Amino acid sequence: MLSYWRRIRIENELLYLFLHNRVAQVAAVIATVAIFGAFFAPLIASTNPHDLASFDILDSFLPPAWTEDGDTRFLIGTDDQGRDLLSAILYGTRLSLLVGLSSVAFAAVLGTSLGLAAGYLGGRFDAVVMRIADVQLSLPAILTALLVDGVARGILPREQHEDLLLIVLTIAIGLSLWVNFARVARASTFVERNKEYVQAAEIMGQHPVRIMLVAILPNILGPLMVIGTIDLAVAILLEATLSFLGVGVPADQPSLGTLIRIGTEYIFSGEWWIVIFPSMTLILMIISVNILGDFFRTVLNPRLR
Amino acid sequence: MGSLLNVTGLTVRYPTRFGTFTAIEGLDLSLEPGEIHGLVGESGAGKSTIGAAIIGLIQSPGYIAAGDVKLHGESLRSLSDAAYHKLRGAKISMIFQDPQTSLNPLLTIEDQLVETIRQHSDASYGDARERAIELLKETGLQDAEARLGEYPHQFSGGMRQRVVIALALCTNPDLIIADEPTTALDVAIQKQILALIRQLAQDRGVGFILITHDIGVIAEITDSVSVLRNGKLVEEGKTAQVLGEPRHDYTKALMAAVPRLDEKLDRFVNILADEPALATPELQWNVVGASEQFASDWLLKGERPTLADGPVLSVRDLDVTFYADRPFAWGKKQGTRALRDISLDVLPGQVLGVIGESGSGKSTLAKAVVGLVRPTAGSIDFNGAPLPLGRDRPRNHAARRKIQMVFQDPYSSLNNRRTIEEIISEPIRFFKLAKSRAEQRRIVASVLSLVEMPQRAMLKYPHQFSGGQRQRIAVARALVARPEFLICDEPTSALDVSIQAQILNLLKELQARFGLSILFISHDLAVVRQMSDQVAVLKNGQLIETGSAEDFFASPKADYSRQLLQETPSLALIARH
Repeated sequence: MLSYWRRIRIENELLYLFLHNRVAQVAAVIATVAIFGAFFAPLIASTNPHDLASFDILDSFLPPAWTEDGDTRFLIGTDDQGRDLLSAILYGTRLSLLVGLSSVAFAAVLGTSLGLAAGYLGGRFDAVVMRIADVQLSLPAILTALLVDGVARGILPREQHEDLLLIVLTIAIGLSLWVNFARVARASTFVERNKEYVQAAEIMGQHPVRIMLVAILPNILGPLMVIGTIDLAVAILLEATLSFLGVGVPADQPSLGTLIRIGTEYIFSGEWWIVIFPSMTLILMIISVNILGDFFRTVLNPRLR
Repeated sequence: MGSLLNVTGLTVRYPTRFGTFTAIEGLDLSLEPGEIHGLVGESGAGKSTIGAAIIGLIQSPGYIAAGDVKLHGESLRSLSDAAYHKLRGAKISMIFQDPQTSLNPLLTIEDQLVETIRQHSDASYGDARERAIELLKETGLQDAEARLGEYPHQFSGGMRQRVVIALALCTNPDLIIADEPTTALDVAIQKQILALIRQLAQDRGVGFILITHDIGVIAEITDSVSVLRNGKLVEEGKTAQVLGEPRHDYTKALMAAVPRLDEKLDRFVNILADEPALATPELQWNVVGASEQFASDWLLKGERPTLADGPVLSVRDLDVTFYADRPFAWGKKQGTRALRDISLDVLPGQVLGVIGESGSGKSTLAKAVVGLVRPTAGSIDFNGAPLPLGRDRPRNHAARRKIQMVFQDPYSSLNNRRTIEEIISEPIRFFKLAKSRAEQRRIVASVLSLVEMPQRAMLKYPHQFSGGQRQRIAVARALVARPEFLICDEPTSALDVSIQAQILNLLKELQARFGLSILFISHDLAVVRQMSDQVAVLKNGQLIETGSAEDFFASPKADYSRQLLQETPSLALIARH
């Protein structure tokens, strides 16, 4: 068993490089803790910040437990509503990751399929898709998201709007991120489609859709996965920004961005912990996801090794 | 003991995570001024590492573990990095394989030559420029003075290689290491460059170390030769003696694997053992009921073409023009004619060899036949019926199965993300040739046996195989479609000579057994000689000559063919030494 592990350790390129890269290991630990904490938030957190009955306004603005006025019930203090900040961060991370992952998935599916088709078919389809992508790219991501959010608010009736808020947010963020996937997918497809294995499939007379999905797609997944990890960080940030601006998640379900927005109001009155801890969580999570994305980019691209 | 260069007991090691790899072991080499010494061996033999070790540029983490390199009796190993840097260029120069990448595309050749000359001497700009012109004239560049201000892309491949040689000569080096200097060039240019190297060695007394995989090149210009295998010296001596009467088994096998231009052999003999065969338990892994015999029977079971009198494939007046994008919507279309008025016939059960240099349109011809490229004029008949051209050919057209292709580059012709089983079973599934998954599996395993691969290979991925093994898999993929007609586009040009011999043997064997008709495309006359019954010569998209292979190689009719034949380096040249 031990020798098997040793062999795998040497032969598996990815594992070998990972075991020799301290920074990536630290990043992986932090990302794992964040994801774990977010996933099991209801089990770990001492209170449920979404449940209005579980906190008391009298507990508001309590500093962290280790300071003079601290309360042992609230390890890193409470916010302006008297919510336990640690629980709020765990639930907030959960929300941020949920929105981040689903919007990246949405962007990946949309961008990859358009880019793959554009790269393989070329010609007019390619030109149209890529011009749309250019237009998209010239709009700042935050504007796209605000636009979609504003339109959704206008169309949907008020009561439904609250329920569909997360979906609107996902689509808004996804729409501003798909261009990356489309461009990378198109460029990689350009390289792959001239390779002889694709020609072999064409000579046989296989259907173009099958050639794209079965032959080409697995070969361009590497760079797309890297874009995915980097865009995950971008999506989480975008959600935080939108929530910060007040157009994101509902106020009674604070995400990391909402927590930071609330915190900034009190930063000058001495309640520093309300803004510092959610910000630190967000920063650490983004940096570690980015480092992991960069690690994958280096490992999967032999030219950068 | 050579008076110019002495390498004794050179050992180069590369530490890797799989343990230390010895690239060169205990190599001895000596060189006199004006001597051309060839290093020959297959890929991985350590030829280029020797060159790098002499010039002191072994790539990290590699290092020289033992031995010494002496230039003019002075040890180079004790030199500091700075001293070595001075020596490189001044005493030792290098010529690389690809003239496309060894010149800086953003500088004129004047800048590159003058900079190098002034780096190593105190010459003024004017003097250095004079010298650059002299050197270019010496290396046979016409209009040297006028062309000095041009950029590398304005020169042809052969001219560019002349500039590279002039660059290497700038500093009057005593030793030049030429790493595959002619591999990227066509035979006619190769001949000229080799003659230039020979002449420089004679006139200037420069010692050359010529690294190549091509025994023909070795035979043509070297004085002495070292044969390498897996980093060890196999045999060394005067070229005529080593190639004429090889003593070592490996050299003999290598010589036997070189395709001959003077006579057609039935099969290559004395093939070297394949790379360390997969471990024995691998060989015992079998799919039930799968065997070479089964594959052979299965392939023959398909509807066989009744050997008609007429040609299998007949190409008439084929024209292919490639159009560039129009500069404006109303601009005139600019086109290059890749093929013009090509008419060819491939007879049933025969091999038509298509010969041509790069850019002659050989591959375009193949692509037109399989429908990847749309001809602008002409017709292609298959089994007497016209084939729809280009995209007009329906996806379910019978010819899609009956015509199969083996590609040039075994590294890009297999999809890296799919197992060998998936790759080979693709045509079976697509053309619905098997009734069940079990039968499909059995066919894949059997066909692998047929192409002399272990059946277990079907569980692996392409990157786990060497170039030769990949090409076998590509042949297997083409075979399972039960083709009647096979197109081989340079199937061996990416392979070592011993592997090439194995693949050619395999193709001959399969052709004889299944009565395939083959369109065999190659730039290598000797390979075409060994494979073909009929020959067609292409030049700049035009057909120069067609005829039976025997007649063609005995007495080519066209001037161009005669010239091609003369310029191909051949083992027959050894006799002249």
